[in-house]
Amino acid sequence: MTSIQETISRLCPTATYEEGEILLVTVPDAQWHAVALALRDKLHFDTLAALFGVDRKETMGCMYYLNNSETNEMVSVRVDCPDRDDALLHSVADVWHVANFQEREAYDFYGIRFINHPDMRRMFLRNDWVGYPLRKDYDANPELNPIRLTDEEHEDDTFSIVEAADGTLHRIDGKVFAPDDYVVNIGPQHPSTHGVMRYRTAIDGETIKKVDVVSGYIHRGIEKLCEGMTYPQTLFFTDRMDYMSAHQNRHALCMCIEKALGIEVPRRAQVIRVMMDELMRISSHLLSYGCTTMDMGATTAFFYGFREREEILKIFEKTCGARMSLHYNVIGGVAKDLHPDFVEDVKRFCAAMPKHLKEYHKLYTGNVIAVGRMKGIGVLTKEDAISYAVTGPSGRASGVHCDCRKAHPYSIYNELDFNEVVDDNASGDSFMRYYLRLKEIEESVKILEQLVDNIPEGDICAKVPKIIKLPAGHWYQQVEASRGTFGVYIESDGGKNPLRMHFQSPCFNLVGVMDTCCRNYLIADLITIGATLDFVIPDIDR
Amino acid sequence: MFDFSIATKWLHELLLSWMPGWAVTTVECLLIGVALLAVYALLALFYIFYERKLCAWFQCRLGPNRVGPWGLLQVFADMFKILIKELIPIKGTDKFLFGLAPYLVIIASMLVFACLPWGNGLQLVDFNVGLFFMTAASSIGVLGILLAGWASNSKYTLIGAMRSGAQMISYELSIGLAMLTMVVMTGTMSVSGIVNAQADGWLIFKGHLPACIAFVIYLIAATAETNRGPFDLPEAEHELTAGYHTEYSGIHFGFFYLAEYLNLFIVSGIASLLFLGGWMPLHIPGWDGFNAVMDYIPSVVWFLGKAFFVSFIIIWFKWSFPRLRIDQMLTLEWKYLMPIGLFNLVLMTLVVMTGFHF
Repeated sequence: MTSIQETISRLCPTATYEEGEILLVTVPDAQWHAVALALRDKLHFDTLAALFGVDRKETMGCMYYLNNSETNEMVSVRVDCPDRDDALLHSVADVWHVANFQEREAYDFYGIRFINHPDMRRMFLRNDWVGYPLRKDYDANPELNPIRLTDEEHEDDTFSIVEAADGTLHRIDGKVFAPDDYVVNIGPQHPSTHGVMRYRTAIDGETIKKVDVVSGYIHRGIEKLCEGMTYPQTLFFTDRMDYMSAHQNRHALCMCIEKALGIEVPRRAQVIRVMMDELMRISSHLLSYGCTTMDMGATTAFFYGFREREEILKIFEKTCGARMSLHYNVIGGVAKDLHPDFVEDVKRFCAAMPKHLKEYHKLYTGNVIAVGRMKGIGVLTKEDAISYAVTGPSGRASGVHCDCRKAHPYSIYNELDFNEVVDDNASGDSFMRYYLRLKEIEESVKILEQLVDNIPEGDICAKVPKIIKLPAGHWYQQVEASRGTFGVYIESDGGKNPLRMHFQSPCFNLVGVMDTCCRNYLIADLITIGATLDFVIPDIDR
Repeated sequence: MFDFSIATKWLHELLLSWMPGWAVTTVECLLIGVALLAVYALLALFYIFYERKLCAWFQCRLGPNRVGPWGLLQVFADMFKILIKELIPIKGTDKFLFGLAPYLVIIASMLVFACLPWGNGLQLVDFNVGLFFMTAASSIGVLGILLAGWASNSKYTLIGAMRSGAQMISYELSIGLAMLTMVVMTGTMSVSGIVNAQADGWLIFKGHLPACIAFVIYLIAATAETNRGPFDLPEAEHELTAGYHTEYSGIHFGFFYLAEYLNLFIVSGIASLLFLGGWMPLHIPGWDGFNAVMDYIPSVVWFLGKAFFVSFIIIWFKWSFPRLRIDQMLTLEWKYLMPIGLFNLVLMTLVVMTGFHF
């Protein structure tokens, strides 16, 4: 900790420090870019785990959570805008590539323009949207933003704010695509974008020259909605972000609130939560297997994946009463006790799964066409994976040890015996991403087998106050969701509602590498790469 | 074995006794046309049902099972639905070419359809270059697909059409070589001649190694030629939504759909003609009793049975394999199938010259 403070103090003597679970450094904007470079190069904080705007009424700025990919040490940085009405901050998109999209999101919601950011367009909202919705002074009058029935105009226009050597700022307008680019829209209505996602793709023959991600078609403003709700109410959104990681996402939010309240979750509830998380992970990877194979045209393999997933959904349905939006974790534990058949069902599933996996490999993994279409396609190097903060199986295929269950153990994961599935050769291609998911199913089955006979008796939920008020402060909690590290940030001013609730979704980072991964591959490869990165659109459009 | 030419001759003479020669020709042409269309439509319906049930079986499902017994009427319901759907005019299309394309595709497929040897004496057109005519007529189909892609004025359809052009023209070579190999074996291009040459054993047995190689090449190339998986790049659903026919609706789409299924039947029919004896029953020289029993099975059943069997294999491909990428597809054709096909042609010529066949 001291070395961090020394390094930063040398560059920026005015920085202030706040010790906590994660060290918080407050840096003025003028020195922020230099501090960011020092953090990355001298202290090896090479992953920008989260970046989001926060409006505290009198001040407005950004929070940054950084992770050291070797030691998994974390540090958070707070940078406030000098002037909230003409909000400007220095961009760190050149320090961590992931900041490119994240800063566009902050611009979209807070109106913070980032100096030297190459492409300052809105991320989710239309470019004719009036106002910045997550600012506390936002005018939500529907007459300002009626439902527009015409297409967006000038969607190819972008601008950047460039700082000259003498410190003056200039606005430079530009275009996303060159005038002679042949741009094909893939999406928003397309069978293989796995939701309402649009790629504007410049192609030359069948070769992809550039991919521009246009997102936000199903953005629901969950973070904004949360600010007007009590904490138990906010729980219901997590199942609707990455619906294939419903349990993990809700687990993260519950843990974050429990951390703030200082609630100890009973052992039985912990075990149940972990088992549900792992079942969810298996179900997600099975779906991913199915969709990947189907996107490459092998429809039979798709049904095989769904056949096994159905068994998990049945287990969920018995205990949670739902197959999709499960709403099972609550603050302090879980909502209902396990169904009497649970243990037996899970045992049957665990016994059958290895046989099915063998079948998958036989049908698809070894197929010469499948191997030809995935091996060496969409390579994401280890450096890029770290810089773009790609986590989950996709990051591990690039050789990054990013499994949150190992890196930042939570719940009872440090007591369990399982391996982090990483490709140490860092091949980072589509095949490895596909293959690691199937490998990860084996590890999840291993965890389930360890726990299924050892579910302790006891309470399923701790005692929680009737009205939940979080003390003033801020908390950050990460879990390993099916697609990567899912983070929850809560900032409270002591009331019943959060001042700011941010969900750091893994899929947002995954879609950020589409351009890097797809360039100079073919159109068919874009589909393969998208399928193996395996993003879920509602998780991007929170 | 029942010879259908007895029935057709009887009909011909019956008509001649009633009306002059030119009228007879007209009536016969009409009758044949109607019969052809009816069989074409019915076979297409059967094939749609066949494929849906088969793919359901591969995928641990039941397939259509609600309309009619075993879902038999489902395909009729679907076809009726396609017939009553609106033909949506699209802005910015080349109206004439856009309308022409589906007809070109279906006409090409019907022309080939007419040449198939349905049974003993049951063949519409039979002339000395029958096989040559088939290859020539089937090539018109690619023109329809290219036109459809071009005239739709859409980027997806254009990419689909470009892929289709590259694919169908490339694989036509392999099909041609495989056919040529078998023509070398039989010494005739006439469809009936090829069938009759197999009276003492199917060509795949008589021609042993080179015939088997030609059969495998033919199966792969034919799958590509019909734009079916794993070669369904022109309409790659997951990349180009529906490829060249994305913008088509109603019966115009239906024509593409019908032609696709019928092309599956046609390539299976040609495979059975070239390798599995056409309508010829399974004859093993010397086993007279066995041969007599085989002759009791009607020739039409033999032909359809073989065609359905070959279709089963092609459908099996489609539902098991992922789709190839455009470069893989072209590599497969130009670097593997065509050289092997050429080599195989030489091999077959040597086999025929030395008489080293059954």
